[in-house]
Amino acid sequence: MSTKIKDASIPTIPFKARLSRWFGRNLLRIYMIFGFTYLFIPVAYTFVFSFNDSGKSNLIWKGFTLSNWQNPCGAPQICNALGNSIKIGLLATIFSTILGTMIAFAIGRYQFKGRSSSNLLIFLPMATPEIVLGASLLSLFLVFKINPGFWPTVIAHVMFCISFVVVTVKARIASLDPRLEQAAMDLYANELETFRRVTLPLVAPGIAGAALLAFSLSFDDFIITNFNSGTLITFPKFVYVAAARGIPAQANVIGSSMFFLALAIVIAGQLVNRKKAR
Amino acid sequence: MNMTLPKVRVPYLLLLPGFAFLFTFFILPIANLAQTSTQTPISGGDTGQYEQSFAFSNYVNAFLDNREQFARSFVYATLATIFALAIAYPLAYAIAFKAGKFKNILLVLVVAPFFTSFLLRTIAWKQILGEEGFVVPTLRSLHLMGQQTTITSTAVAVVAGMTYNFLPFMTLPLYASLERIDPRTIEAAGDLYANGLTTFRRVTVPLSLPGVVAGTLLTFIPAAGDYVNAAILGSPNTKMIGNVIESRYFKIVDYPTAAALSFTLMAAILILVTLYIRKAGTEELV
Repeated sequence: MSTKIKDASIPTIPFKARLSRWFGRNLLRIYMIFGFTYLFIPVAYTFVFSFNDSGKSNLIWKGFTLSNWQNPCGAPQICNALGNSIKIGLLATIFSTILGTMIAFAIGRYQFKGRSSSNLLIFLPMATPEIVLGASLLSLFLVFKINPGFWPTVIAHVMFCISFVVVTVKARIASLDPRLEQAAMDLYANELETFRRVTLPLVAPGIAGAALLAFSLSFDDFIITNFNSGTLITFPKFVYVAAARGIPAQANVIGSSMFFLALAIVIAGQLVNRKKAR
Repeated sequence: MNMTLPKVRVPYLLLLPGFAFLFTFFILPIANLAQTSTQTPISGGDTGQYEQSFAFSNYVNAFLDNREQFARSFVYATLATIFALAIAYPLAYAIAFKAGKFKNILLVLVVAPFFTSFLLRTIAWKQILGEEGFVVPTLRSLHLMGQQTTITSTAVAVVAGMTYNFLPFMTLPLYASLERIDPRTIEAAGDLYANGLTTFRRVTVPLSLPGVVAGTLLTFIPAAGDYVNAAILGSPNTKMIGNVIESRYFKIVDYPTAAALSFTLMAAILILVTLYIRKAGTEELV
């Protein structure tokens, strides 16, 4: 019955409107498929070539093997590089999340003199190209006769991660309902208790998101690391250096594992959020 | 009464450790960079030894010697930003308005490729589009491409690589601003007899402008300073200013020129960003 009514009404809708309707309904969907295919082509390529029985240079498909996955440390230096990246990433995440969250609370929660210049100081590192951040920090280390290496790299990563943490946590704080805190105060919770039992748990997902972002920025950073790490090898540095000769398939194994691990963490986080929302 | 005094101090105490860190490892290095940029080699000294002589001519020389690379960086970055906007806007629009309950999953999928190292992904593109990949031989056998033409080692490959690598930086802010649009404003436009296209042009686009500004900045800034895409996907003819700074630092140990170039790049970007934000008239960014 209803389809009949629809059919009858079609001729009254002008062609242009029908076209734009079709545009809205289908073209966008087709576009989405193309968009996501484009995004995932190199990821899929990396994954497929992690099974390549390639020997040292992973350029041409030579046959299927599981040996790269069974022995991801098979390529020289690769697990050393991975270990360094994880260590640097964890340290950079811890420090930048603590410092950034404190700044986010100050800017998001208080009105004070110098608030807008504080915002500017947070924005500036994000508006500075990585190569300038990396090069300038290296110059400073050289002036103070500090050799580039592990700790200079950690410091560099904390520096560029702070702004991203602040922005992420600040957004979460801004979306909080102030009435929840007022309610806690009305129930005779003092400021510290309110913060610990109401504010912090509400902001926690934002902090967790910021920490995840900081870790992935740090883990994937090449330009700033290249300037400040000296002879220390990180995973991106390993890949960059190996690229000239063709990267070993073990790098594809590690890249793919990181992808699936991150996906699992994000999806788990979403599920936890959904459960909490109920 | 006693409570008011410490309360005033709270925000400053919260800011102190982070800002001390940023001052030491961001502001100070930039100041030091400015200082290095006007140094000249010590006469009779080793390579890599420089003294301060306020040689502002360093800037003139550095700029004149690398005009081409500067121009290339800004042209490539602009093109990559435009392409990323063209690809990301419909994608973000589709996720915000048409994805329904799949919204969150699709959003995760936009960011997901990020977690495979960006170097690995760039190298993957190089191999997919390279001589031994399947795209080039296929196009050649179909006579859609000349036998001598290549995709990698060209400007096209570099711009395409940058477009790809910075796409999530464009998509996320666009999505955030589109998602915030009250669907009732779009309904209202429809009630006032605006068709789909007019509604999109007169309502959706203006309301998503903050996202466009944030996205274009987050794409343009790293793209202008990038040298990895040019190094992996390009050739000596596609060198960007980032490649010059990198090689001045590591291969030639010419710190003053590298510093002058870095400073010029940063100043140029900051000026462009300021003009752009003024023109776009959004202050939501900061």
